[in-house]
Amino acid sequence: MTNTLVKKNNTGKYIAIICLALVYILAILLDNFLPATSFTLMLIPVLQKGAIYALLCVSMNLLNGFTGLFSLGQAGFMLIGGYVYAAITIPAAQHDSVYQYFDSAIRFSIPEILSNVIGKGPGTIVGVIISLIIAGLIAALFAFLIGFPVLRLKSDYLAIATLGFAEIIRAVFQWEGLGAITNGSNQLRKYVTLSGMELNFGSFTLELGTLFLFVIVTVCVALVVLLINSSYGRALKAIRDDEIAAEAMGISLFKHKMISFIISSFFAGVGGALLAMFQTTIQANAFKSAMTYEILLMVVIGGIGSISGSCIASFLYIALSEWILRFLDEGSLFGLISVPFFRDGFRKVVFSVVIMIIVLFFSKGIMGDKEISFKGIGGLLTRLKNKKKKTAPAAEAVSEEGEANE
Amino acid sequence: MSDPILRIKDLKVNYGGIEAVKGISLDVPKGEIVTLIGANGAGKSSTLRAISGLVKPTSGTIEFEGEDITAKNPTDIVTKGITLVPEGRKIFPDLTVKENLRVGAYLRKDDITDDINWVYDLFPRLKERSWQAGGTLSGGEQQMLAVGRALMSRPKVIMMDEPSLGLAPLVVRGIFDIIKEINKQGMTILLIEQNANMALKTAHLGYVMETGRITLSGPGKELLTNESVKAAYLGT
Repeated sequence: MTNTLVKKNNTGKYIAIICLALVYILAILLDNFLPATSFTLMLIPVLQKGAIYALLCVSMNLLNGFTGLFSLGQAGFMLIGGYVYAAITIPAAQHDSVYQYFDSAIRFSIPEILSNVIGKGPGTIVGVIISLIIAGLIAALFAFLIGFPVLRLKSDYLAIATLGFAEIIRAVFQWEGLGAITNGSNQLRKYVTLSGMELNFGSFTLELGTLFLFVIVTVCVALVVLLINSSYGRALKAIRDDEIAAEAMGISLFKHKMISFIISSFFAGVGGALLAMFQTTIQANAFKSAMTYEILLMVVIGGIGSISGSCIASFLYIALSEWILRFLDEGSLFGLISVPFFRDGFRKVVFSVVIMIIVLFFSKGIMGDKEISFKGIGGLLTRLKNKKKKTAPAAEAVSEEGEANE
Repeated sequence: MSDPILRIKDLKVNYGGIEAVKGISLDVPKGEIVTLIGANGAGKSSTLRAISGLVKPTSGTIEFEGEDITAKNPTDIVTKGITLVPEGRKIFPDLTVKENLRVGAYLRKDDITDDINWVYDLFPRLKERSWQAGGTLSGGEQQMLAVGRALMSRPKVIMMDEPSLGLAPLVVRGIFDIIKEINKQGMTILLIEQNANMALKTAHLGYVMETGRITLSGPGKELLTNESVKAAYLGT
């Protein structure tokens, strides 16, 4: 029994590593070697945005799906993360042109400092990673501070309080008094973006933007998965299921809610920073509550309480809204048949209807609270093999399925 | 009688703006089953909630092994060795049976494999359902899970709030057998019940509570034959 389990665990691990490696190779190919057709030009940004939203969804799911805290502060924490990232990565020489009307307070760029030490390519990449972590930490610090008052609230009240927080942050970041850091209501630009992620090998330049993004998102999502599967994660789910019982088991409600809130906000901050990298400019006014709702929608579509659901839903949503359903706005079907009511904005109508259908009839979302587990897939493959030999005992299969879900 | 493991003196508890417990004193001797019976709203649950730290008493003291634990937080109280099986079971419906048990041992840092096996020995039914979500269990099984979960913290005193609530008579008997079995293994039990008959038959010591006060106390068997208890709670 133990032996077969270990063997199956490895099968799952190999599948996961192979899948991940394929995705990474695809990312490198797309950035460097594949011809720039209209297809790849659309695919790259969709994959990039999808990955960023996957992280944002997972971060929101940690709070809403796994801890049962209905928070709507996502856009606020993204905004903090995005702005912090932008402010500390704008090259020193560019400050005067970015902060046209203000005297910029931050006059250093972390990627630039590191570039001077360990060379341009690696220095920029390491600097950006450090900046992303700082962006997340500042967002987490804000979460810690507002957590004290708001985490004592329950359900809807928590949602209102966090929504209010996000709107206040949006207003504060556009306030001229903070202009030396936030550039007032003007946008921040010229910071290090995804296209800045490159390594030079002599005359050849290896673009790493998409790969960098995918690696960061994978690491962040993996950290959340580790947290959820730890005993802390079980405590969070216990709080979600029944606060009184959790408290009776000695789980401190406030402490654990705070931990979940801080970690979720950290990743929201990192996600916001990645979004800033993706967009190449950032402006506080864009971080409206609609952005939070969009993420919440993806979480619901994917399944509240499912990490894999969140990831699938975010790629699906972004692909549909940014790409596949575009034809609805263009007045014709595949450029062949002209349909009179296909015009600007019709895409949003169709999209809203699709969402309503999902919410009404598939309220559990794509995955419910299940996970795609590579261990499970590994187990399934082995079981199929065993089936041929007709030696798979049913009881063993059941217990392994459980092990995989754990 | 040796010093009681749990001693409550003049405890007053407010619940929802009303004084639910109006100054009660009771002793729980080590290794015994003590029951607190009484009608709905007599203040039994409030007493347990105060002992487990879920609500703060307005006055009075709670001593555990000679130490004052009044108004400590639930985390400390569970760590010290008092665990509550809440009313209405309150298992975690989306967690598996095994995960429920693991959450019960959340505050422990040592190895819990033996304890899980011990609970599975006590409740073989839980072992069969190990990978099932808690919410899919029947009422009786959920009650077993709630008791098993509380045992996972290795408490010295286990407090049960109406374990027989909403269960079929046969299942209730099973639950009480388990209570006796746990007690035989050395656990002190404080039991709240509306099912006075079963509770008094099982308990070494009984307290009768009425509108926030303790009106009668004595060995369980004696209370069973007490005329006023008979009239009020046993329906004979």
